[in-house]
Amino acid sequence: MLKDLFRPKQKYVTIRQREDDNGITFPEQLEKKELPDGLWIKCNQCNQMIYHKDLEKNLKVCPKCQYHFRIGAWERIEYLVDPGTFHELFANISSCDPLGFPEYQDKLNKFKKATGLNEGVVTGTAQLEGIPLAIGVMDFGFVGGSMGSALGERLVRLFEYAYNEDLPVITFAASGGARMQEGILSLMQMAATCQAVNRLAEKAILFISVLTDPTTGGVFASFASQGDINIAEPGALIGFAGARVIQQTTRQTLPPGFQRSEFLLEHGIIDLIVNRKELRSTLARLLRFHQRRKREIS
Amino acid sequence: MANGSNYSLDFEKPIKELEKRIEEIRIFAEEKQIDMSEEIQRIEAKAQHLRKEIYRSLTPWQKVQIARHPKRPTFLEYIDLIFTAFVELHGDRLFRDDPALVGGLAYFEEIPVTILGQQKGRDTKENIYRNFGMPHPEGYRKAIRLMKQAEKFGRPVITFVDVAGAFPGKEAEERGQGEAVAKAIMEMAALTVPTIVVVTGEGGSGGALAIGTGDRVLMLEHAYYSVISPEGCASILWKNAAEAPKAAEVLQLTADDLLALKVIDEIIPEPLGGAHTDLERTAAAIKKSLRKNLRELMAIDVKDLLELRYHKFRGIGRYVEE
Repeated sequence: MLKDLFRPKQKYVTIRQREDDNGITFPEQLEKKELPDGLWIKCNQCNQMIYHKDLEKNLKVCPKCQYHFRIGAWERIEYLVDPGTFHELFANISSCDPLGFPEYQDKLNKFKKATGLNEGVVTGTAQLEGIPLAIGVMDFGFVGGSMGSALGERLVRLFEYAYNEDLPVITFAASGGARMQEGILSLMQMAATCQAVNRLAEKAILFISVLTDPTTGGVFASFASQGDINIAEPGALIGFAGARVIQQTTRQTLPPGFQRSEFLLEHGIIDLIVNRKELRSTLARLLRFHQRRKREIS
Repeated sequence: MANGSNYSLDFEKPIKELEKRIEEIRIFAEEKQIDMSEEIQRIEAKAQHLRKEIYRSLTPWQKVQIARHPKRPTFLEYIDLIFTAFVELHGDRLFRDDPALVGGLAYFEEIPVTILGQQKGRDTKENIYRNFGMPHPEGYRKAIRLMKQAEKFGRPVITFVDVAGAFPGKEAEERGQGEAVAKAIMEMAALTVPTIVVVTGEGGSGGALAIGTGDRVLMLEHAYYSVISPEGCASILWKNAAEAPKAAEVLQLTADDLLALKVIDEIIPEPLGGAHTDLERTAAAIKKSLRKNLRELMAIDVKDLLELRYHKFRGIGRYVEE
């Protein structure tokens, strides 16, 4: 299942990936490659060559086969919210190395340098078609979008902020699961985020969870599967256990399309699949459905 | 040892050898009709001393092995020693009854409680029936159902955690294993009744946490609780599952580690040689700890209880804030 990762902000390079034990892919090398300007990108699915500007115009969706390339957090925000409305919050929270785990600090430094991010989620407030909301966007490029203490804390604060300010919340998940390097502390982020999501119910605050490629392990098994509405982008890998672990444990043959968005829709785990190009208008429509309560108050 | 089985732990080999020698001397003495009790006593004392030495300085990996011992007491074995009048309640009312997660009603010293726990098998046949104690989504959905029932009738919930992990399988994914685990975490964390978790054996990641978000988390001395198995961690980190002993060190998964990290609240001591060498004593120790914690929790106002629980799980992470 060796696939190419599409990494933003560096002239759209495709980078080989390696798989970890859970079948989750990580970028193999992070060094920037020198590339010519008039770059053409090969679609991971239909192998069509796409001119990079066309691809970008199409929100990194293949115009031929609708394959959704992975995108980074900032790119997602840019595609989604009203221009100039995003205000970042909790950027001052970042990871430390609480267990003194081998190579963790180096890994953090390396990913910070390579991605320009200081954690695997960007959180803040914004407007979508004029509707104010709290938003958290994960970035798979930062340690595989894995959830450690800092990432969990940012999300919990986002949910708490939304609770206090009476704002709907949208999160975009992109993660291989819990961050192994913070051990049990990462596992406890599943509890912390679930609790914070649950509190939103007290004030009937809408939480929409958008699952993007990939959303697996401890992130899927916590806040990301608990939206009032769970949306997935087409073709995204979404699941609890990695395909390889399942095969090793059960020796089952897994059907084509296993753990993809369409599989989850068929099995009743997500509400709907939305093409990235229609995501903004769909989210706005869903947000508007839930504005009634506010009008009653005012 | 009491539970004499063919299975023995590597690090107990020196003890096993001494025990073998005692047995040989005994047979020899009987055959030759000579008194060798002094010699036997001497070796027995030596074996006991050795056992104390070994158990005083167990490595994390050795603890993992004790936690996984095939004779490690399971939930059903503890029930009759800790609770009375147990009535098992089956099924999630959605799909089927999952034998890997047992639940029901019981009394804890006159107090009606709901008890839940993963259930491993004690032999191959039972292990197949119990799916080696690894629940499917319906197991966690049964847990949710029984927890909500407990809440309705104001019963405290006590869970026993012993699971390698939530089952990784095709059908489990089809039925939403991730969603079931998340929902169980969320529902348990919000229950308006006191909740106590006892980690008795393996605390295998999300599959453990699903019934692990309690007001108090207690843990047996040689149990482990981790985000990933040492083998899984080793194969990611060093591309070699055989490095698991090293991974067990870095993951900080022992009861002592977790107490220091404030993930658990209390360590329940085990008899020398591990829980499987003396089930009654282990059960008595669990009971003692449950009594104290349940009494404390039942004295707390529900609103405060929920607030304390929320901050307990929200406050465990370690990060930098600049």
